[in-house]
Amino acid sequence: MNQPASAYFMEERRVPTEAHTLSVLVQNEPGVLARVIGLFSGRGYNIESLTVSETENQKHVSRITIVTTGTPMVIEQIKHQLDRMVPVYRVVDMTLSGRSIERELAMVKLRGTGEHRVEALRLAEAFRARVIDATTESFVFEITGNSAKINQFIDLMRPLGLVEVSRTGVAAIGRGAEGM
Amino acid sequence: MSDKSHDPNKMTGAAMIVRALIDHGVQHIFGYPGGAVLPIYDEIFQQDKVEHILVRHEQGAGHAAEGYARSTGKPGVVLVTSGPGATNMVTPLTDALMDSIPLVCITGQVPTHLIGNDAFQECDTVGITRPCTKHNWLVRDVNDLAKVLHEAFYVASTGRPGPVVVDVPKDVQFAVGTYHPPRKSDVHLSYAPRVKGDAGQIRKAVALLASAKRPVIYSGGGVINSGPEAAKLLRELVEVTGFPITSTLMGLGAYPASGPNWLGMLGMHGTYEANMAMHDCDAMLCVGARFDDRITGRTDAFSPNSKKIHIDIDPSSINKNIRVDIPIIGDCGNVLGDLLQVFKAEAKKPDIRPWWQEIAKWRARNSLSYKKNNDVILPQFAIQKLFEATRGRDTYITTEVGQHQMWAAQFFGFEEPHRWMTSGGLGTMGYGLPAALGVQVAHPDSLVIDIAGDASVQMTMQEMSTAVQYELPIKIFILNNQYMGMVRQWQQLLHGNRLSHSYSEALPDFVKLADAFGCVGLQAIKPGDLEGAIKEMISVKRPVLFDCRVAALENCFPMIPSGKAHNEMLLPAEANDEATAAAFAAGKALV
Ligand SMILES: Cc1ncc(C[n+]2csc(CCOP(=O)(O)OP(=O)(O)O)c2C)c(N)n1
Ligand SMILES: [Mg+2]
Repeated sequence: MNQPASAYFMEERRVPTEAHTLSVLVQNEPGVLARVIGLFSGRGYNIESLTVSETENQKHVSRITIVTTGTPMVIEQIKHQLDRMVPVYRVVDMTLSGRSIERELAMVKLRGTGEHRVEALRLAEAFRARVIDATTESFVFEITGNSAKINQFIDLMRPLGLVEVSRTGVAAIGRGAEGM
Repeated sequence: MSDKSHDPNKMTGAAMIVRALIDHGVQHIFGYPGGAVLPIYDEIFQQDKVEHILVRHEQGAGHAAEGYARSTGKPGVVLVTSGPGATNMVTPLTDALMDSIPLVCITGQVPTHLIGNDAFQECDTVGITRPCTKHNWLVRDVNDLAKVLHEAFYVASTGRPGPVVVDVPKDVQFAVGTYHPPRKSDVHLSYAPRVKGDAGQIRKAVALLASAKRPVIYSGGGVINSGPEAAKLLRELVEVTGFPITSTLMGLGAYPASGPNWLGMLGMHGTYEANMAMHDCDAMLCVGARFDDRITGRTDAFSPNSKKIHIDIDPSSINKNIRVDIPIIGDCGNVLGDLLQVFKAEAKKPDIRPWWQEIAKWRARNSLSYKKNNDVILPQFAIQKLFEATRGRDTYITTEVGQHQMWAAQFFGFEEPHRWMTSGGLGTMGYGLPAALGVQVAHPDSLVIDIAGDASVQMTMQEMSTAVQYELPIKIFILNNQYMGMVRQWQQLLHGNRLSHSYSEALPDFVKLADAFGCVGLQAIKPGDLEGAIKEMISVKRPVLFDCRVAALENCFPMIPSGKAHNEMLLPAEANDEATAAAFAAGKALV
C-alpha cells in the first residue's frame, strides 16, 4: 500500500524516496524566497539544491529550481503547497516531464605541484573543465554538467590536492520548443 | 491652495486604510492602539462609518474577528500596533489559518528608515507571520497601499479563505499618495483559485455514488466556508441520494442535526455509528474536509474498503493524508451544484436499505449515553439542558477547548451553518470568549453563548470588560469541573492517573468576578438548579458569567484512542479501567 502510516507512528513505514527537480516561476518580490524556504523547513521537506534568479526583468519573474527528495505522496504535496502560494505562477516537475536538461556549475580549487598538477590538468581536460585561475601552486577549474558529473570530478580531484568547491546548484530547462 | 487638495484620491496612508475598509463594506473592526498605529486611530476618530471595538488584549481582537467572520461569512478585520501588538496576534492568525477563516489584520510598523534597527517596538512582523498567514505584505511606499489593501481583502476571502497581514510603517501612514478603489488588477496574476470542478471527474463521482451499496457523506468546514448555498445543496444531495451523512467538528450545522440521515460527528470523539459507517463504507464522498488525524485515526486502517471522492478547493488538501480515487478540485458549493445536476439527470437513488439496517444496529449502541445523576450536574446533562432551553431561538455557540468543547459538539444540535464557532485545527484555549464577542457584534440581537471550561476561560477572561463596555450580552457558560479536564482524562488514560498540573487550583469565584467586571454572575450546583439558572441567563440582557459546577472526573466518550482505527472505538459502557488501559497502551507517544 502506498499510504503512509500517519502522524501517529513513530517508526514511519519505509516508502522509497525519489529525487525530483522542480521549476517554480514566481513573482519576484520581497520575501518570496523566504516563503518557499519556510515552506520546506516548516513542513519538514528536504532541499538538496536550490537556485534562484530573476529571468524576466520587465515582468519581475524569477525562476527557482529546487531539487528535493521524498515519497511520491510527499513530492505531490510539495508541488501543491508551492502552487497555492500567492506569488507562485507555475510549478513544473522536471523529473516527471522526463524531458529536461539539468546543469550545474562548479568552481574547484586545487593546490599541488609536480605529478598531481599534471594529472589534474589531464582529468580536467577529459571533463571539459576550464582553468579560470592559476598560480604556480594552484588551479581553479570551472566545470559545468549535471550533478553526477560534477560529483565525479570532485571525487577525482580530492587526492590531487582539493582545497575547496563552490557550486551553483542545479538549473533545469525542458527540451524542445515548448516553454514551461 | 495647491492642485493636490482638489484630487479626492490624494490622501495619507492612514486615510487610505480607513477608506479601503469602507470600500470593502467593513462596518466593524477589532483593535488595540499603540505608537505605530496612531495616525490610523486618528483617522478612525474622525469618521463614523467604521466602528472600532476596543479589546483588552490583541489576541482577543483576533478571535473576535474570527467569530465575526465565521458567523457572517465576511472577513474579520483587526488593527494592532507594531511589536507586541503584532506578536500577540500570532495565535489568532494561526488559528484562522488552520480553520480557513478570512481575516485581514493591519499592523503598524516602525518607520521605514528604522526597520532593521531594533527600534522600539520593532519586530519582523512579516517574517513572524509568514508561516501563519495565507499571505502577508510589508508596504514601503504609500502609493502601493491601496493596491495591497484591496488584494488583501481579495486573498483573505477567496479560494480557501485565510488570514492575511498588511504591515504598514508609520511614515507610510503619514505620507500622502494616491488612492484608488478596488479593481481587478490589484491582485497577483499568479493567484487564481479554481472554483469549478472538472466535469469528467464529477461524472465519475456520480457513477460511483449511484452504484454504491454502503455510501457515506463526510462533510467539513469547507461547506460552511463556501456559503449558505453549499449547505443547501448538501442537504439536497442527501435528500436526493438518501445517503447517511456525518461531519467534522468544523462542519457541524451544514446538515441539520435533526435530519433523518444524520449520523452525528465523526472522529476521535465522534459517534460510534459515524465512525463505523466511515470504516465499513464502500463509497465515501468527502466534501470540504481534509482527512486530518483527529478524523482518520490510524491512517493505514482508515476506511479500507471504500472508493473515495474528495471535493476541496485546495489541491494541497488532496492526497495529503489519505489517497483518494476521485479528486475534484473546486469550491464545494459549485461542485455540489454540478454533481447534483448530473446525479438527477443520469442516476437514481440507489437502494441501500441493508446499509441503513446495519447503521441502525450501530446507532442502537447509543454511544453518547451517560449515567444519570441526581446529586451532581453531569456536563453532558448541562449541555442538553442548555440546548433544550435555547431551541427555537436565534442562537450562536462558541467554545473554548477541552472536554466541554467535545460535549458541546456531541450534545448541542446545530440546525444551520455559521452557528457554531470553535477552534478546531489549532485547539486554542481562550478562543471562545472573544469569539463570542465578535459574533455578538455581528448579531446584536441574537443569543450568543460561549460553552467554556474553567481553565480555558481564564486565558482571555479580560475581554468581559470589552463585553461590558460595548453592552454585548454574551453568555459565558462555564462547565466548571475544576480541572483541565481533557488533560486530566489523558493523564488518567495514558499516564497512570498521575494528574500532573491539571488541577485548577485557586480558581476565582466566577460569580464575584462577574460582579467585579460589572456583568451578571450566575451559578448552578445541583441538577435541580440548572433549568432556572439557564432561563435567567437567557433572559438577562447583559453579559453573564455562568458558573456551572459539574462532576469533576467525568470522561469524554466515546473515544478512538490515538493510533487506533475507527472500528476500535471505546464506548462509554465499556470504558472500565481494564479496557481503557489496554486500548490506550500503545498510543502514549501520540497526540
Ligand atoms: C492555549 C492552549 N494551551 C494548552 C492547551 C492544551 N489543553 C487542551 S484541553 C486543556 C484543558 C482545558 O481545560 P478546561 O478549559 O477546564 O476544559 P475541560 O477539558 O475541563 O472541559 C488543555 C490545557 C490548549 N489546547 N490550548
Ligand atoms: Mg475544566
